[in-house]
Amino acid sequence: MTTIVIAILALLALAAGFGALLGFASEKFKVEGDPIVDQIDALLPQTQCGQCGHPGCRPYAEAIAAGEEHNRCPPGGEQTVVDLSELLGREVLPLDAEEDADVGIKKVAYIREDECIGCTKCIQACPVDAILGAAKQMHTVIADECTGCDLCVEPCPVDCIDMLEVKPTLGTWIWDKPPGIGKKPDNLIPVVNVDPVEA
Amino acid sequence: MNARIPATTVPVGQYQNPRPIHDFRGGIHPPQNKDQSTGRPIRRAPLPEQLVLPLNMHLGAPAKALVSAGDRVLKGQKIAEGNGAVSLPIHAPTSGTVMAVGERPIQHPSGLHAPCIVIAPDGEETWTELHPLTHWRECAPSMLVARIREAGIAGMGGAGFPAAVKLNLRDGQQIEELVINAVECEPYITADDMLMRERAEQIIAGIEKLQFLLQPKATLVGIEDNKPEAIKAMCAAAEGKSMDILVVPTKYPSGGEKQLIELLTGKEVPSGGIPAQVGVVCHNIGTAVAIHRAIEFGEPLISRITTLTGDAFTEPGNVEVLLGTPVQSLLDYAGATAERIGRLIMGGPMMGFAIHTPSVPIVKTTNCIIAASAAELPAPPPEQPCIRCGSCAEVCPANLLPQQLYWYSKTEDLERAQQYNLMDCIECGACAYVCPSNIPLVQYYRHAKGEVRQQVAEQQKADKARERFEARKARLEKEAAEKEARRKARLEASKQKKSAAPGVDLAALKKASLDASSAYKAAVKALKAAETEGADPDTVAQLRTDADNLKAKADGAKAAVRDAKAGGASVADTGADKVAELKKAVGEASSAYKAAVKDAKAAEEAGAENASELRSHADTLKAKADELKAQLRDAKASAPATAATAPASKPEKSAEQASSEAADRAKKMKALKTAFNMANKQWKEASASLERAERDGADDIDTLKKTVDKLRFKADKAKEALNVLVEEAKKNIEAASGSDLKTLKLEAGRAEAAVRAKEKELEDAKRSGDQENIDVIYRERDALRREATMAASSLQSAIDEQGLKED
Repeated sequence: MTTIVIAILALLALAAGFGALLGFASEKFKVEGDPIVDQIDALLPQTQCGQCGHPGCRPYAEAIAAGEEHNRCPPGGEQTVVDLSELLGREVLPLDAEEDADVGIKKVAYIREDECIGCTKCIQACPVDAILGAAKQMHTVIADECTGCDLCVEPCPVDCIDMLEVKPTLGTWIWDKPPGIGKKPDNLIPVVNVDPVEA
Repeated sequence: MNARIPATTVPVGQYQNPRPIHDFRGGIHPPQNKDQSTGRPIRRAPLPEQLVLPLNMHLGAPAKALVSAGDRVLKGQKIAEGNGAVSLPIHAPTSGTVMAVGERPIQHPSGLHAPCIVIAPDGEETWTELHPLTHWRECAPSMLVARIREAGIAGMGGAGFPAAVKLNLRDGQQIEELVINAVECEPYITADDMLMRERAEQIIAGIEKLQFLLQPKATLVGIEDNKPEAIKAMCAAAEGKSMDILVVPTKYPSGGEKQLIELLTGKEVPSGGIPAQVGVVCHNIGTAVAIHRAIEFGEPLISRITTLTGDAFTEPGNVEVLLGTPVQSLLDYAGATAERIGRLIMGGPMMGFAIHTPSVPIVKTTNCIIAASAAELPAPPPEQPCIRCGSCAEVCPANLLPQQLYWYSKTEDLERAQQYNLMDCIECGACAYVCPSNIPLVQYYRHAKGEVRQQVAEQQKADKARERFEARKARLEKEAAEKEARRKARLEASKQKKSAAPGVDLAALKKASLDASSAYKAAVKALKAAETEGADPDTVAQLRTDADNLKAKADGAKAAVRDAKAGGASVADTGADKVAELKKAVGEASSAYKAAVKDAKAAEEAGAENASELRSHADTLKAKADELKAQLRDAKASAPATAATAPASKPEKSAEQASSEAADRAKKMKALKTAFNMANKQWKEASASLERAERDGADDIDTLKKTVDKLRFKADKAKEALNVLVEEAKKNIEAASGSDLKTLKLEAGRAEAAVRAKEKELEDAKRSGDQENIDVIYRERDALRREATMAASSLQSAIDEQGLKED
């Protein structure tokens, strides 16, 4: 009988001890904010375009963490959906974008400056403050800061904003991927067959 | 597969290396194909018709052009300056005229165009003033490094890294070994070989300068054993100098910087690191010659030695060529015609790239041009599936796993590829060379490396965008909070004002007015009752006095309400406040006076004794009221003349002035109206013609569109100006007649409606035959009609006066 009592007491003491330790740890090492939201936010492309229905990437990250579907980011494309599925352990869903939407083509806003009337509407619409200008003064886009989100095009009363495709420069050009098995690469380098002279 | 057969290696004989050499893992032995271009001595390439100098011929930031089209330049003159730490200036290779600074195709596998300076040589080769440093051993090393940088010297081995950057030592940094790269391991290329054969003294002189700058403990010159003549020349030139000529076995890619360092010193450069981390600096012999010439003769880097080889050339060999010479000029010079060329390659067959057009210029890094016939370098065979033979892993000189990298690059699994050190790949092409399935492995790696770089850039951009987005959000929130605080402060202030000035509390005033008037009515009722009942005159008189007093009070309260209403919109306006207060006082005073007069009269009638007293009291009150009235007039004159805040305080214009102004305005308005009508008409016409043009698909739609926009803008402007004038005129009417146009219109309408109603009544009366009534109604109708006519005419006159014609 005493052994049972001792055992029960010992277990109770252990439970109380560990309980206190856990309680202390949960207070002492409390994590501020929701780390999963940060992780999701890091995977989103930060165009802040609002195409997901949320006012920016972080609000959408919060919504995903709260259970919203993770396939509503057209600028991120399929890759973002895959990355998010991997992070969240959810099923890979097809991208929720319009059929003809040119997903994945990088664009940058361009203001046709002689047509700009200086209404500041696009400045107010830009989520990343990438448009420079003042009332009744010509506006211009800081191309390096533009995320290509499209949000400035609609408010322009004189339709002087174009979304231009970003052309590759020497700095951003990369080699094409070879066409694959069974096909001849058209610009093969290195030149592997250097031995005909020997043959 | 003859990959492992050492091809044209010539035994060096009895040469003994002064110190042991090491080995590196992997490597291949492709056929050398070097004999084709070693048969002729180095020739000078002819001066081409124009020189094209790309602003980025080196690794790093492109240079900034210092000249523009039309400028005359001398040989060796600086025409572009370095832009940042890792950048280099560019010098004119010959004297001539700058034809253009603009986009031209350059030495890049993408075939993209980039900014270039185009020079038309004048053939005189006039040098700019040069500043040789013959006593360079007495100069400060930092000065020599600056000279090397200003001479625009890039690594001549192939990468084009600015040489001066590698010579800038950190304080206290000790260089153990200076490695001079004379290996030239890539097939076909013989530029360094010929340079050593013909200009060994210059190379050694350059190495001495590098030794002076770096103070290394040992200097190792690595030469492959397939260049016996070069080794002989170098040994002769290095006789008695403190440097070791080391002959290394022929193996590709022993000329790679990290491979050569491992080969000569046994040290391995860490992944992602630079040779200086292990106490080694490596320079090419071409660079050594350029440094020698820059210091000894003050010559900037304006030419280099390039190998012209391949079956398509009838006279292959090495040429000393001015930078910026188009490849086409060299093809013409060495007899390569377009129909013989199958593939045109810049650089070697392993690491070079095909060029898209022969107008591409020779730059600081161009060591070889291969113009191969179709038979020599046939089109690549199709890619086959990987059979996992592992040959690629055996030959990789960077100790990577090419097969794994291939899978991850192919599936774009960049994270895994990076885990397998994709970025350490030197793109030597050994793996692709041995691949039995002809997989273009290097191209896969190059693509994946590009993707990684792109991803990094995108990540940086996303971080920046996030930062800006959050900064903007914070700013907007702050602005909203500030606005809210201001609104609250305003509300608080107005509340305080109200409690401080209860006289203008409209509701309280209204209530007081109502109370006063109902008290007055009650008093009147009591008075009437007393009169009918025949009460004694004293009581009646008393009651009447009471009633009059009450009436005065009620009138005062009413006046106060009216004033408060007039001034209500501008509680803050002190001028209007004062006027309202005075008005109230005047009203009160005058009603007090009236009451006093009435009292006096009543007293006189009743024959009271104090009648005269009351009269004199009334006189005092009248004087007071007059004084107050005078004050009010003054206050009105001095109060701000804004119609909205104090309608009565408008400065009065003389009638003449007002009418002349009105006439002016009417004239202006008429002109504006015509202008607007014309502009509007023109705009409509232009829009119609634009529509027609669009339908017919005319060319000048854009011009038409612009015209339409301009006209619409004009019309809008005219309309705006017109509206301003109309507004002004309307206000004027209001000021002149005390009521605005709208009220006048309403009155006229009401009068007319009353006339019509009377007429109907008349009809009814006629039908019923009530003669007496008919007469009364007749009279009434006439009166109303007169009124209506008057109202209509006053409206008309107001409109006419201001020139406002409603259309």
